[in-house]
Amino acid sequence: MNSRLHLKTYILIAIMVVAGPIGNLLIAKAMRQVGEVKLWPLSMLLPTFERVFGSLTIWLGIASLITFIVAYMLALSLADYSYVQPAAALGYGVVAVLGYFVLHESISPLRWAGIALICFGVAFIRNTHPRTTENPN
Amino acid sequence: MLEFVLFVMIIVVGTAGELCLGRAMRETGELERFRPGAAAGLLWRALRVKWIWIGIAMMTLAFFSLLLLLSFEDVSFVVPVSALSYFVGALGGMFFLGERVNRQRWMGIFLVCIGVTLVLIAK
Repeated sequence: MNSRLHLKTYILIAIMVVAGPIGNLLIAKAMRQVGEVKLWPLSMLLPTFERVFGSLTIWLGIASLITFIVAYMLALSLADYSYVQPAAALGYGVVAVLGYFVLHESISPLRWAGIALICFGVAFIRNTHPRTTENPN
Repeated sequence: MLEFVLFVMIIVVGTAGELCLGRAMRETGELERFRPGAAAGLLWRALRVKWIWIGIAMMTLAFFSLLLLLSFEDVSFVVPVSALSYFVGALGGMFFLGERVNRQRWMGIFLVCIGVTLVLIAK
């Protein structure tokens, strides 16, 4: 097995599981700050766009999501889709850990149980070879 | 009926779009060196593969289906959508990308599905 392939894939998946949830959280936060989005009448369109895209939070969110998709594409250049996609579910764990330690949210036992199952599942997947297809080049 | 169509669009078209990205990246080649220049070059070359544009179009369609469904359904539909997308993704990986999903990987995917379902219903 090629350990460099593994290492590169792990690093990219780590970037995905951090950048994806952070991007979603920032965009959700920005949209809550904006409040109700009015697209009608058409005269509301421009002020709404200004409010949405005038906040730094939304741009940080967009930057995080771009980081996520770039890491996703690079990971897919190295490993199987059926390896990367479920491994990215570790992001649910990142959200809970961030919520618990940074925002001091309470996390229900059921949610911790779900995160534990995701970690077990990813451990199973990690034991399979990241790439089962030939590189066409 | 519209709900069902949108539901299927989000799972099938959304996952198919990601599979197309996977196909495009595989046709483009591997990230050889872990440098920003190498990564940017690879992504640039990927833009010339037709699958990337098919993938982006499908993901966009799925995203607007999600927005539409959110406008008249409550968010609980996200639970089955998220869980099923892992199964659809693994099947797509096998049949569209020719990946070999062995029993151990299926077991992992199954656990991830259950785990994601629990996380989402616990919220």
